[in-house]
Amino acid sequence: MIGAPIQGRSPARMAWDRIKKDRTAKISAITVAFIFLLALASPIFTWILHTTPDQFHPETLDPSFGTNPVGKLGGISAQHWFGVEPRTGRDVFLRFAYGARTSLSIALSATALATLIGVLVGLVSGFFGKTVDLVLTRTMEIILAFPSILFALAVTPVLENLLESWGVPTGNATRIPVMIVVLSMFGWPYIARIVRGQVISLREKEFVEAARSIGASRTHLVFKEILPNLWAPILVTVALNIPTMITSEAALTFLGAGVIDPTSDWGAMLLASVPFYSVDPMYTFIPGFGLFILVLAFNLLGDSVRDALDPRSSR
Amino acid sequence: MSQNSKVGNDSGEEIILSVSGLTKHFPGAKTSFFGKHEIVQAVDGVSFDVAAGESLGLVGESGCGKSTTGRLITRLLEPTAGTVVFDGQDISKLNNSELRPIRSDLQMIFQDPYASLNPRHTVGTIVSTPFKINKVVPEGGVKKRVQEILEIVGLNPEHYNRYPHEFSGGQRQRIGIARALALRPKLIVADEPVSALDVSIQAQIINLMKDLQKDFGLTFIFIAHDLAVVRHFAQRVAVMYLGNIVEIADRDTLYSSPKHPYTKALLSAVPEADPDAVGARERIRLTGDVPNPINPPSGCRFRTRCWKAQDICASSAPALLQIGQTQVACHFPE
Repeated sequence: MIGAPIQGRSPARMAWDRIKKDRTAKISAITVAFIFLLALASPIFTWILHTTPDQFHPETLDPSFGTNPVGKLGGISAQHWFGVEPRTGRDVFLRFAYGARTSLSIALSATALATLIGVLVGLVSGFFGKTVDLVLTRTMEIILAFPSILFALAVTPVLENLLESWGVPTGNATRIPVMIVVLSMFGWPYIARIVRGQVISLREKEFVEAARSIGASRTHLVFKEILPNLWAPILVTVALNIPTMITSEAALTFLGAGVIDPTSDWGAMLLASVPFYSVDPMYTFIPGFGLFILVLAFNLLGDSVRDALDPRSSR
Repeated sequence: MSQNSKVGNDSGEEIILSVSGLTKHFPGAKTSFFGKHEIVQAVDGVSFDVAAGESLGLVGESGCGKSTTGRLITRLLEPTAGTVVFDGQDISKLNNSELRPIRSDLQMIFQDPYASLNPRHTVGTIVSTPFKINKVVPEGGVKKRVQEILEIVGLNPEHYNRYPHEFSGGQRQRIGIARALALRPKLIVADEPVSALDVSIQAQIINLMKDLQKDFGLTFIFIAHDLAVVRHFAQRVAVMYLGNIVEIADRDTLYSSPKHPYTKALLSAVPEADPDAVGARERIRLTGDVPNPINPPSGCRFRTRCWKAQDICASSAPALLQIGQTQVACHFPE
């Protein structure tokens, strides 16, 4: 052989090369990374600003009125970059940064759990077919037909009582796990349906037959032959599922079945801002805009990932 | 048909595979919502023997059950009835775990080189999977052995870390052959191994398989619809029609003096290389389509398209009988 040694380019490597050339992917990835950094670095800002997200600052509020922040745009100043919260004077920037932490960790945990359940159920349902498939697809359809937000509101106190009866302390220690379970409970069927469909088309492929003719076990067929061909659809579904989870999490908290004060959360900030939107619109705008940017960036990133993994698809 | 004897062929060769009464019925669509499934009689009572080291060609039109027969022999499908005696053991009713030790002796080459290789695995992974699944560690390690096999099938051993999409159809089929060859099987069922390839590549793959057969003493069942390809590769040829074998003979006997009307019609359709000879030969045109295997004709299944059909053809199915050098299933053989 002449020249450089032969190097194989895996399909994943080719997808990565494509995504590196995509400008939308770059910008949205940077945005997402920036919000992640903000969330991770929030304790550093506590140190810089010499305050905590939970500390009251009554001196920043209008003494004659007692609830509204002093100054323009909700009291934005060098000390309080995003202003202060009406009535309490808590620093909005710190609450925003810590809120990103809560929102992202709940949304990502719920996505991870939903993906795990969805992939396993989809693999089993698609590969084994027959009665197993029938039972599992009916289960998925029933869950998808549920009004998920209403059901989540109803089921949250029930699950909370259950956890508390096991000795878990009340408050966010029970609320956050319950939220993750509830969100993933309604999220997994979307992933399972996509995985199931792919498995059904893949299991009849000749390379699966070839593995069977060598004497491969069912575990080998499912996890070594079929699953590696599913990373692309799984990755795309996950990327597009995260923003849905973020909005659902914010919605749940906004409706009161979510994170409990004083823990900060974007949905909780929106809820808290409602009584003040006419006098302090900035307080509503900041968490709303944060959600908008994060969800948009994740959606665009998900689209780019899909385009990179399946270059033949066109929109 | 000899059923459990290892020596049964008239030439006294060792019989490695003996198929008898092999039948596969697939459930089709339901006749009505509460009705039963229709039954597709894909393979219906097929019997033949294969001697060790020979290559048997299995030819027929699309949908005649030749691929199903191949998959029944390699036990990718479970037969509805009949026996498959491989190397002295009836494998037709074994379950998956009982089949595992036999699988390595009984391999398959697939038709579509684009679908038969996992796109997410490297060539090295694909060819070494047989070793890993059967927990075989060859001398010098799996990688060295795999690279030797790649070289045997005419691929560059340095291609070990490449992915299937980087290869042409012919090269991919070589990878498929390498995988089938990995565990040194006794019998290989090749299911239309060249029909998806360019004509120029077909000869290379056929010659490779011929060389491998000679070098490793392999036995081949070669499934094809192209009579010219079968003639080049197989020593013996079985012709299938609608789930039945209608004629089995040595290659030369079958091609020079076909006994079954269907074989005759098939052979007359093979393009002639010599333009002067074209006029000399009579072209037999079959009318109509292959009947539906859900509801095959009574008696002889070929009678609906046969120019020799009489009343007896509708009332009784002809058995596969020895006539001279040929086994033929026809009431009025040539």
